[in-house]
Amino acid sequence: MADLVTLSSLAVGTSAVLREFPKQGVAFLRLREMGLLPGTSVTLVRTAPLGDPIEIKVRGYNLTLRKSEADHVMVEPAAGTATK
Amino acid sequence: MTPPPAKPASARASVYALVGNPNCGKSTLFNALTGLKQKVGNYPGVTVERKVGTAYTQHGQPLTVIDLPGTYSLAARSPDEAVTRDVLLGRRTDTAMPDRIICVVDATNLERNLYLVHQILDLGRPVILVLNMMDVAEAAGLKIHTSRLEHTLGIPVVSCAASTGRGLIELKLALSRPDLPLSRHAWDVPAAIAPAVSELQASLQDSDKKQPLIARAEALLLLTDQDSVRVSGSTPLSPRTQEILSSWEKRWAADGTDWAAALVNARYDSIGRLTAEIIGTSSAPSGPSTSDRIDAWVTHPVWGWIIFGVLMGVMFLSIFTFAGIPMGWIENLVAAFSGWVSGLIPAGDFHDLVIDGAIAGVEGVIIFLPQILILFLFIGLLESTGYMARAAFIMDRLMSKVGLNGRSFIPLLGSYACAIPGIMAARTIEQPKDRLVTILVAPFMSCSARLPVYLLLIAALVPDEQVPVGLKIGIMLLMYALGTFGAFGFAWLFKKTLLRGAPPLMIMELPPYRLPKIRDVLLQMLERGGIFVKRAGTIILGLSIILWFLATYPKLPDNQPEGDPLAHSLAGRAGHAIEPAIAPLGFDWRIGIGLIQSFAAREVFNSSMGVIFAVEESDDESANELHLRDALRAAERPDGTKLFTPLICLNLMVFYVFAMQCISTIAVVKRETNSWKWPLFQLAYMTGFAWFICLVIYQTGRALGY
Repeated sequence: MADLVTLSSLAVGTSAVLREFPKQGVAFLRLREMGLLPGTSVTLVRTAPLGDPIEIKVRGYNLTLRKSEADHVMVEPAAGTATK
Repeated sequence: MTPPPAKPASARASVYALVGNPNCGKSTLFNALTGLKQKVGNYPGVTVERKVGTAYTQHGQPLTVIDLPGTYSLAARSPDEAVTRDVLLGRRTDTAMPDRIICVVDATNLERNLYLVHQILDLGRPVILVLNMMDVAEAAGLKIHTSRLEHTLGIPVVSCAASTGRGLIELKLALSRPDLPLSRHAWDVPAAIAPAVSELQASLQDSDKKQPLIARAEALLLLTDQDSVRVSGSTPLSPRTQEILSSWEKRWAADGTDWAAALVNARYDSIGRLTAEIIGTSSAPSGPSTSDRIDAWVTHPVWGWIIFGVLMGVMFLSIFTFAGIPMGWIENLVAAFSGWVSGLIPAGDFHDLVIDGAIAGVEGVIIFLPQILILFLFIGLLESTGYMARAAFIMDRLMSKVGLNGRSFIPLLGSYACAIPGIMAARTIEQPKDRLVTILVAPFMSCSARLPVYLLLIAALVPDEQVPVGLKIGIMLLMYALGTFGAFGFAWLFKKTLLRGAPPLMIMELPPYRLPKIRDVLLQMLERGGIFVKRAGTIILGLSIILWFLATYPKLPDNQPEGDPLAHSLAGRAGHAIEPAIAPLGFDWRIGIGLIQSFAAREVFNSSMGVIFAVEESDDESANELHLRDALRAAERPDGTKLFTPLICLNLMVFYVFAMQCISTIAVVKRETNSWKWPLFQLAYMTGFAWFICLVIYQTGRALGY
């Protein structure tokens, strides 16, 4: 298994597979219900002009979340991609 | 398990609830189904819009359609989502449980949209599934086997494109079916959780007196959201159910079962199998979509701000320029009407009550309408195209500095035109506390009613025309800046103290850009305008009549015709009465009258000053302004010193920046917060702060010899 990194540390344009997800918290319940589950693949589309929040593509739609949440979501970068 | 009767009682029109994710085109479908036959109100007790309309089946049978607020899940987290959950679970006493449910899903984004459908099918109610935006899905190369979906779920599935009207007839045919099949909604609750579901369901049936299927749905919700208080909402759990729940939670905590995740995962697994079966792509999506290409500009570090600035600038300019035209019409119309009525009623107190109290009061309400409508038009366009979410996306970082999120930006910006539409626009903010903070600080933004006051006072402050225009503009900008800093400062303070809460969430979908549905936007604009006129209007009208009364009675005694009737009136006496309070700010009783009368609308200050300083009115407005300016500059205190010194003018402007002096805003805040507590708090804290700041400025200014 490749090393896990946080969702917020992905480089723009890279894809990754979600691996670990916090169990508690309203934010994470909602993210989970919106389809972010272990095994889901996500792509970091862009960060906002001021650096926060970030925009990801998940299950074919675009979602924005703050780095404060994305910091707790661990992902496995797709093979051959780099993190920043 | 006996299914509930699918056939509704024939005594009344059957009730359909329209549910779906945000951005799935639900409102467009609602408008297409009901046309203009809709009623917009509020759910009692909460400020959530309640939209009910009448639609007709293909066979002409009338039926009632409730447009429930959009939600991603029945595990509600905002008041809007809670309404959807409570109506579907039959918890609301004011809204009967719908007979049938129309689930609208965005066909381009089936997986996430089906999550809510999956939860709703648990309810065991008759459901019609509408696959909306099929045109977009087809254009994107998605092929959806609706008949297979219909077969697997066992419920009617209608493909539809609400924006073009495609599929509406099929939907209306489905609506007229006398009986609807119930879904064969078989999915496996994860083994680790299944016993808890049965136990909770049994307890909810026995101790909480719920119907079997509702009990099961509630049990599943209790096991989705860890916060059982949030799930149970207004109907607290019975002690027994609560006990069962906590004992299971303890057990799972001990053996490390991630129970909340298990249910969501199981649902998505089941949805994944379903979509794998029914979706085929005829052509692989190639390259970035149109939305991606637009976003590359709109959220660009440089261009993003330019586009944002231009859009906001256009919005603002339209409000200030275009609104002036219909505002002129309204003034003329009211003047003509008031002249006509004036001829009908003989002169006397009743005449004055109708003309100066009621009609002028109504004018005070509707004069704001053009600005409000234009702002709602822009907000509607921004929402309907998908830009609103991008504006929140790029502004979020700045707003987070004061503890708010990006969604608070547009309501605050709109408040520069008029706080009323700004406050009403705060409904798009999900978290109740953030919404309240936004509402509380919105009136600090200098609205257009303050503009005439600033202009008059700047004219009085900066005497002659030789002074560079830049100085006047500079003072004006200073006032706008003060208000803006005030708003953000207090937002920060409230989020730190009074309304401290979890840091605001910024989990938001960025929907694909779409062409705006002009019909939907106009309809929404008119509805919101109507709400303002109807609900706020009655309060404003009442308060306007009171203000008129205060400014009229008691009248001058007949033997004293030379006196000033305003000074003699209750308002005038109130001016005297508040003089001790405002004297430390350098204001005398005459300014006090202006302050009191400003509650009708801040610009009334100008006409109030005109009356007090007996400025002769002519038809030439600019001449009137000059006369008024000169009258202010000539005004003296009893000791012969000037009343409107530069320090006083400046101080008065600062007072207008910060003080809450607008009954219309108070009425709207009352409506939006559903209590008198917050508008009164707002009145107190804003006016108190204004008083304090002006005290500091005046006393410091005096000490420095100005």
